[in-house]
Amino acid sequence: MKTASPFLELEAAPARATVWFDGEPLDLPQGANLAAALLAAGVAVFRHTPASGAPRGPFCLMGACFDCLVEIDGVVRQACMLEVEDGLRVTRPHEAEDSGAPV
Amino acid sequence: MRQCDVIVVGAGPAGMAAAATAADAGLQVALLDEQPRAGGQIYRDVDRVAALRGGILGKDYTEGRALTAAIRRDGIEHLDGAVVWAIEDGFCVSYTRAGQAAQVSAPKVILATGALERPMPLPGWTLPGVMTAGAGQILLKQSGLLARRAVLVGTGPLLYLIAAQMVRAGTPPVALVETQTRADLMRANRHLGGALRGWPYLAKGLAMLAELMRARVPRYTGATTIAIAGDGRAEAVTFRSGGKPRTVACDTVFLHHGVVPNTQAARSVGVPHRWDAAQHCFNPVVDAWGGTAVAGVFLAGDGAGIGGAKVAETAGRIAALKVAEELGRLSADERDRRAAPLNRLRSRQTAIRPFLDAAYPPFAEALAPADATLVCRCEEVTAGEIRGYAKLGCIGPNQTKAFGRAGMGPCQGRYCGLTVTALLAEATGQTPDQTGYYRIRPPLKPVTLGELAAMDDGARDAAE
Repeated sequence: MKTASPFLELEAAPARATVWFDGEPLDLPQGANLAAALLAAGVAVFRHTPASGAPRGPFCLMGACFDCLVEIDGVVRQACMLEVEDGLRVTRPHEAEDSGAPV
Repeated sequence: MRQCDVIVVGAGPAGMAAAATAADAGLQVALLDEQPRAGGQIYRDVDRVAALRGGILGKDYTEGRALTAAIRRDGIEHLDGAVVWAIEDGFCVSYTRAGQAAQVSAPKVILATGALERPMPLPGWTLPGVMTAGAGQILLKQSGLLARRAVLVGTGPLLYLIAAQMVRAGTPPVALVETQTRADLMRANRHLGGALRGWPYLAKGLAMLAELMRARVPRYTGATTIAIAGDGRAEAVTFRSGGKPRTVACDTVFLHHGVVPNTQAARSVGVPHRWDAAQHCFNPVVDAWGGTAVAGVFLAGDGAGIGGAKVAETAGRIAALKVAEELGRLSADERDRRAAPLNRLRSRQTAIRPFLDAAYPPFAEALAPADATLVCRCEEVTAGEIRGYAKLGCIGPNQTKAFGRAGMGPCQGRYCGLTVTALLAEATGQTPDQTGYYRIRPPLKPVTLGELAAMDDGARDAAE
């Protein structure tokens, strides 16, 4: 779910990178905090909980709450502890349709 | 395995000051920190950001550069981006850095793991768009992001600081929904004498409130029955204030009712903790040097009890002096001579705390949430379920795990532990100390098999 961003960016970073989120290309600042950059791009829902399927997004942004979990290269990681790199392919954990990985 | 004299965990004010002081005394220091750049949360990314938006963030932020400069020196190996997941006797600290597990050992460890937001379980607090106030600060500091339509909910000076910074940046918050009451402030006034010793803090607080008034940011105080409403994401905050039900539309909610020590690492090595009734949290038991019942383990900064950035910096220096003396680099006399002015400084820096604790108490509804409110965000366990386990005979948080998995999700209880202890204590009539806390075991953070397999050869040989 990508909506108009509820966040204002104080300055536009000159170097940009293409990051794929849930199959959609996003233009993000190279080297930025990945969770912050996704929020700024209008991504609100980073994952759905395994218990009830409820939507979740970043909560603490300091590596403690694990609510910003995303999947990259088959590994579930905290988006707030990662930086934007060009070509990064990010999906919601265990929701990639074409991952081909056994469930 | 790499060897050094002291391992410092955390590169916030306490950790940076401890590392610099230890290196000054001739010790070889390994400074491990999860973030890519030093500063902790209070000075997050300060070296890069101070020039970009130091005006909005203020001098209290930009002066963190003095500490980051002090750790760029011989004698300190700053392992940035290092996620610590185990601290074992002796001491051997295991961490992951750049996709590879590694270990470092030293006879002394200083844990400077800082604070976490006090959990604030309210109806709707798990909706996307609801974050901690600390998260709001991190977005502004590191990424230059401001929420266009934010409501700040809770209590305490951090709420005013964030609101003032948002005003300076040209995006004032939609409203402040504050939980403290006039009665809290009256009670706090008896601590005003002590607080006046820390008058610069009071002056800063009053200046921030004046800034908010000038910007005409609506403030609702004494708020109760607070809930966050929204379909799939935060859309409004509902509450009662001034005897009326109110709804404020928004798309971001920042929650804050104080911070609490991040005790995961200290608990994992067996440091005893005790309930602090004034601060409504568990604090590790430390002596005046930051020393603990576990020989060789020292704590400094907010992780040893909330005092704020200045107190943390001072405590880091004090702990490092003691470590240097124990390792034979300073005489006891020299240690005491250097610690004396630091102890006087710390006494002035902590003078404001009793006033703040009384004026901005935690929000009662979030300390004992309504039955339907989720308390364990990871495993989605409600307050009512925890109360139900108590009725079935569950007396402590470790039993609660077996009843319903509270505290067993990826956050390992960081954002439900205090609530679960409080709910069980309320239900059983025991004290929080009798009720206890989750047993914290390594790995403190997730580590993958691939990262373990990539561990450097020296460590693998030693394990075989």
